[in-house]
Amino acid sequence: MSSYDLIVLGSGPGGYVAAIRAAQLGLKTAIVERENLGGICLNWGCIPTKALLRSAEIFHYMQHAGDYGLTAANISADIDAVVKRSRGVAKQLNQGVTHLMKKNKITVHMGDGKLLAANKLAVTKDGKTEELTAKHIILATGARARDLPFAPADGKRIWTYRHAMVPPEMPKKLLVIGSGAIGIEFASFYNDMGAEVTVVEMLDRIVPVEDAEVSDFLEKALTKQGMTIMTGAGVNSLKAGATGVTAEIKAKDGTVTKSEFSHCIVAIGIVPNTENIGLDSLKVETDRGFLKTDPMCRTNVPGLWAIGDITAPPWLAHKASHEGVIAAEAIAQALGNKDVHPHAMNPLNIPGCTYCHPQIASVGLTEAKAKEAGYKVRVGKFPFIGNGKAIALGEAEGFIKTVFDDATGELLGAHMIGAEVTELIQGYTIGKQAELVEQDFMQTVFPHPTLSEMMHESVLGAYGKALHF
Amino acid sequence: MPIELKMPALSPTMEEGTLAKWLVKEGDSVSSGDILAEIETDKATMEFEAVDEGVVGKILIPEGTDGVKVGTVIALIQGVDEEADRTAGGSSQTPNNAPAPKAAAPAPVAAPAPVSAPAAAPALAPKGDRVIASPLAKRIAEQRSVDLTGLSGSGPNGRIIKADVEAAQGGVAKPIVASAPVAAAPAPAPLQLGDIATPHEVAKLSNMRKTIARRLTEAKQTIPHIYLTVDVRLDSLLKLRTELNASLEGRGVKLSVNDMLIKALGLALVQVPKCNVSFAGDQLVEYKRADISVAVSVPNGLITPIITDANSKAISAISTEMGDLATRAKDGKLQPHEYQGGTASLSNMGMFGIKQFDAVINPPQGMIMAIGAGEKRPFVIDDSLQIATVMSATGSFDHRAIDGADGAQLMKAFRELCETPLGLVA
Repeated sequence: MSSYDLIVLGSGPGGYVAAIRAAQLGLKTAIVERENLGGICLNWGCIPTKALLRSAEIFHYMQHAGDYGLTAANISADIDAVVKRSRGVAKQLNQGVTHLMKKNKITVHMGDGKLLAANKLAVTKDGKTEELTAKHIILATGARARDLPFAPADGKRIWTYRHAMVPPEMPKKLLVIGSGAIGIEFASFYNDMGAEVTVVEMLDRIVPVEDAEVSDFLEKALTKQGMTIMTGAGVNSLKAGATGVTAEIKAKDGTVTKSEFSHCIVAIGIVPNTENIGLDSLKVETDRGFLKTDPMCRTNVPGLWAIGDITAPPWLAHKASHEGVIAAEAIAQALGNKDVHPHAMNPLNIPGCTYCHPQIASVGLTEAKAKEAGYKVRVGKFPFIGNGKAIALGEAEGFIKTVFDDATGELLGAHMIGAEVTELIQGYTIGKQAELVEQDFMQTVFPHPTLSEMMHESVLGAYGKALHF
Repeated sequence: MPIELKMPALSPTMEEGTLAKWLVKEGDSVSSGDILAEIETDKATMEFEAVDEGVVGKILIPEGTDGVKVGTVIALIQGVDEEADRTAGGSSQTPNNAPAPKAAAPAPVAAPAPVSAPAAAPALAPKGDRVIASPLAKRIAEQRSVDLTGLSGSGPNGRIIKADVEAAQGGVAKPIVASAPVAAAPAPAPLQLGDIATPHEVAKLSNMRKTIARRLTEAKQTIPHIYLTVDVRLDSLLKLRTELNASLEGRGVKLSVNDMLIKALGLALVQVPKCNVSFAGDQLVEYKRADISVAVSVPNGLITPIITDANSKAISAISTEMGDLATRAKDGKLQPHEYQGGTASLSNMGMFGIKQFDAVINPPQGMIMAIGAGEKRPFVIDDSLQIATVMSATGSFDHRAIDGADGAQLMKAFRELCETPLGLVA
């Protein structure tokens, strides 16, 4: 029986990062994975979708080559080749994680892991079971797509994100149920690739966790791109046939219509992977199915830790990775390392990015949430049309909005929509983490010509000092 | 089980101090009353006495360590009946349920002043070092009048962040209420001297120097001072002093002019109680007794030991007490209650030949008397020019609390007590 200081169950962006950090701190570390090192993020999530979206983006540019004085003739998309490229990207990164495990001397046990006790794990592979023990165990088993109760995904006509990433064929007429980050990204991808896309969202606006102005802007932009957006709507029934799906959709005004689609993507949320990993006997506390942890990622069972998508939201890869570092450092500290100082994460400083077209990025409180929390806010908003670089790029759509606490100058939130905003949001995130106030942002020199100048202008605008608008 | 020696709180408001010197080493036997270490607070160096008997097992905080928080375990003492090899945290499985170090401060916690108000001053005791805080934490602290100097930060490298300030407001450390006698002045920003071309040496500020800098800055920035000067004929007082000293010779007591001036100021303050006050925001505290803080210069600084109840003490008693306080002040051995409090101050620069000066008020007190040199001067007496021994005395008054006319009344009473000094011994 092998014994370790730490075993990490699950090798997604939470688990493999936790293992690396623990190994750096001198812990004898093992990682258990049932499928692919790197988990969903790298194999079936964040990364391969970005590869797909990049193809869609280039396709879009080629179709609009004339806008830039260029000619591109006989343009077409080969979905198989696009998917093949995406799988190649995932494979390359998967090999990268394998290398990182080796480099950090982390033992990889492939197989299904199941807790036998808080410090004991059975790993089963091809019918053979091996028992491992550890002083501490981190659970990082992640989550999977939630199914519609009346129409589980079949992979043929009804897809989850996972099927949508390796489509058997290019959908002609696509129904996307749910307009969170995953739903909207696939809607945007297939729309750009030429499918006729309908998005059905139960709430009164799409991307409902974002600022309301961002939702409004995105809805207009997607509608302009030819997408059909139905908010405040629900799918009453969904039936898959040989050539497509029939959906009964109840619109906002109450009218119910039957529509035919070639395919449907269900993106209505996730469920945590908490089954069959031995949690029941250990009496691990949960909240709506997700494991309850303290700010250092401890569960209620001593020696048992949890990070990432099996814990509280937001369910984002970078949140999982950050928790992996916190947990690894807290474990090293518990084992006597006095040089590590794990710091709890502030959930309001976790940025979120959605790679639709136009992109969305945000951090902190929306304007509405800030007002709800009792803040008197100052809001700044700067449009892409006022930025030289945006115009030169031919991407003059979008805006950057900042929300400040009038009393203290604290940046409560930042909300962006437009080209490349996912690369900009970290500037505000650093500012929030360092607790900068409006003056610090104002006194920062932003390089010209860049999209980042809009971040400066938005802050200036919140205080009535915007220069270019 | 070893006894944990913890950093003692040598005053009610002390949060941390410098472990200046260990007077014992590992392996030394100590018994109750032995001096273990010298601990420097913001005002004084204090002795840390043993209460238990035993052997010094391990010294955990080396001497010269700054900023040791109260309650930090600084050493371990093995009880006399323990074997030497049972060192700290050894095989003993007994939970350490008696961590309270009986070797605590020499219990000087007696209330220093008759009424509670003057205790507000040490509540502002600073950590001293530059405050490292996020811009947001600084702004919130400023808006809510939270003193950052006393807070410990939970951010990177001990940086104070918003959450720390908000926690402090929850009661951990003192938001300075609006009615406090002295509002928190921001710590003076360290001057960036850049490269100094002139040959020089750089010395780290002592805790006392930091306190002096902070308190004087506060006083001058927050208290509107007014200054009232009188010339006082000292001939009668000097004559009385000679006579008293002659009669006290057998008792080994020798009165100084300063001892008599302390008494005079004490009496004057009781006669003019409107000057024996503290300005406290929306309140005015009027003291019923005169406790005089007397400025004593000590190596590298200044401290103000207190003659309590100076108005009713005999001058001889004042003299004896002052001698003892001054000696111990110079050795840095004053107890906090001996220098914290006071209702007014007296500063005498006469011995340096200073003719007249304006002193800075020692908050939260309402006034300070600055004494110049007594010297022979041409003086008009009964319309004729004569020679008299005269000193100039200048009272600095907190004009928020004390009107000019009341200050003048005090100066008049002080002058009369000095010029007709029998009142001092009555």
